[in-house]
Amino acid sequence: MHQTEQKSTDANVHPTAFIGEADEAGPHDANSIRAVTIGRPRQELYAFWRDFRNLPRFMENVKSIELLESGRSRWVVAGPGGKDVEWVSVVTEDVPGERIAWRAEAGGDIDHEGWIEFRDAPPRRGTEVRVFISYDPPAGTVGKLVAKVMQREPRVQARRELRRFKQLMETGEVTTSKAPDAAPRA
Amino acid sequence: MRALCWHGKGDVRVDTVPDPRIVNPRDAILKVTSTAICGSDLHLYDGYIPGMHSGDVLGHEFMGEVVEVGPGASHALKVGDRVVVPFNIACGNCFPCQSQLYSACDNSNPAEKADASEIAYGYAMTGAFGYSHLTGGYAGGQAEYVRVPYADVGPLKVPDGMADDQVLFLSDIFPTGYMAAENCDIEEGDTVGIWGCGPVGLFAIKSAFLLGAHRVIAIDHYPRRLELAKEAGAEVLNYHEVKVREALSEMTGGRGPDSCIDAVGLEAHGFSPDNVIDEIKTIAKLATDRPHVFREAIMACRKGGTVSVPGVYGGFADKIPIGAFMEKGLTIRTGQTHTHRYMARLLEHVQEGRIDPTFLISHRLPLEEGPEGYRMFKGQQNECTKVVLKPH
Repeated sequence: MHQTEQKSTDANVHPTAFIGEADEAGPHDANSIRAVTIGRPRQELYAFWRDFRNLPRFMENVKSIELLESGRSRWVVAGPGGKDVEWVSVVTEDVPGERIAWRAEAGGDIDHEGWIEFRDAPPRRGTEVRVFISYDPPAGTVGKLVAKVMQREPRVQARRELRRFKQLMETGEVTTSKAPDAAPRA
Repeated sequence: MRALCWHGKGDVRVDTVPDPRIVNPRDAILKVTSTAICGSDLHLYDGYIPGMHSGDVLGHEFMGEVVEVGPGASHALKVGDRVVVPFNIACGNCFPCQSQLYSACDNSNPAEKADASEIAYGYAMTGAFGYSHLTGGYAGGQAEYVRVPYADVGPLKVPDGMADDQVLFLSDIFPTGYMAAENCDIEEGDTVGIWGCGPVGLFAIKSAFLLGAHRVIAIDHYPRRLELAKEAGAEVLNYHEVKVREALSEMTGGRGPDSCIDAVGLEAHGFSPDNVIDEIKTIAKLATDRPHVFREAIMACRKGGTVSVPGVYGGFADKIPIGAFMEKGLTIRTGQTHTHRYMARLLEHVQEGRIDPTFLISHRLPLEEGPEGYRMFKGQQNECTKVVLKPH
């Protein structure tokens, strides 16, 4: 349904929240946005994330990130059913202290793109971090369900990684209740 | 090590399990010297709490001796320190912790465990010891040893010369009763009505007097509990014998208690999230919570008064007298205990002799007899007021 009527929602909210518009909210089939507030300064969080070599410290299923030239990096991630998933990521936007956007290069295992934004939170709260992911679920709807059950679906992964990012930045640790040999990397 | 493990409804056993180890820098390992069975443990025992896996180690009220400290906590604790540990886990760094809302810590529930309670409640529950994977799947303290995360924040050092029995209840039930009473905003001349004379209710009675209550009226049906409540200074009502609201009205000259504490909580039906949650394997279709006491507290409380709810609820409730709540202008205050906020202060009350928590202990058993302890605590609620296990 095209917007023939003027919307009166004026607030700065992402299309994924609009009723019936999640599908058009991004270039791929599955789109989601997730926000978390972290009690650290915006610049510090941006700088930590922008050095992608830091990301495996809290991204549990990322096996390796190899920095290539010109904002490109090769990612190897544990995928559904224990099979490794690989792609090359390209930074498409980089506004220091504010925003990093990326896109998976054609030819990789998962076609996706996304961005992360850092905004000052209201006083005493630190920084609001928003992550948007747009991707094609592996092998259609059935694949998406399977991936979700296997807890590897990108949207679920992103939610968990944001929690871990917050834990690491605020407490210095990634929270775990597992025995040492099963703990996520910290 | 030996540990008390959950294996299903009515099935707890002492098993040999791997010793806990330091995982994160701020961890410590405790040798447990005393640990208690809580009324909430009975919900686990009765199979009402989802997110339990066979083999989970129980226990959230415990204390002991530090045997290992990670580098991130060594500024606060050293090997040999005797500490009592709060039942919920708080990082100390997040906004809630900084605001002393420790039971709302953002970070203590592991990321992969947080989904279930986020779906059920809108926000993930805070981590706690030995209380299902909803609260993070942490091994509990009804064991010989336990891993304590954020050990620079939680554990409270025990002064020399104090016995375990004197301080063990700082881990949960004493702060819980105290916060319940504090939440009543007790003022001069106030009468506090307290439903439930289990451990939390009994500590709430004592705390209410500490905080200046003029009178406390306590309600239960177990004679032994009413006796303890009376010994704590309350005027007692057995709800099998009297019509509670009528009695309260008469006793307060028609006003109603100025504040009412629901120290009963959900009755026997357990947590009942709205949707079946993918990750939770044990949930079937559960009935809604039965909030008899909550309803009665709202109806009995004086206009403009406060209803304080330490009693645990998990899901949804029908027929709440929300009209009475609104038209009488009540305040409802509730939440899991912000244990860390109270422990030092309450330790001082014990040291100064204003409260002796040992009154509550009816049984002391070795850890190996833990299963019998559960059976007793569940089956003999009149005689058995609190079971303390000694793992060493």
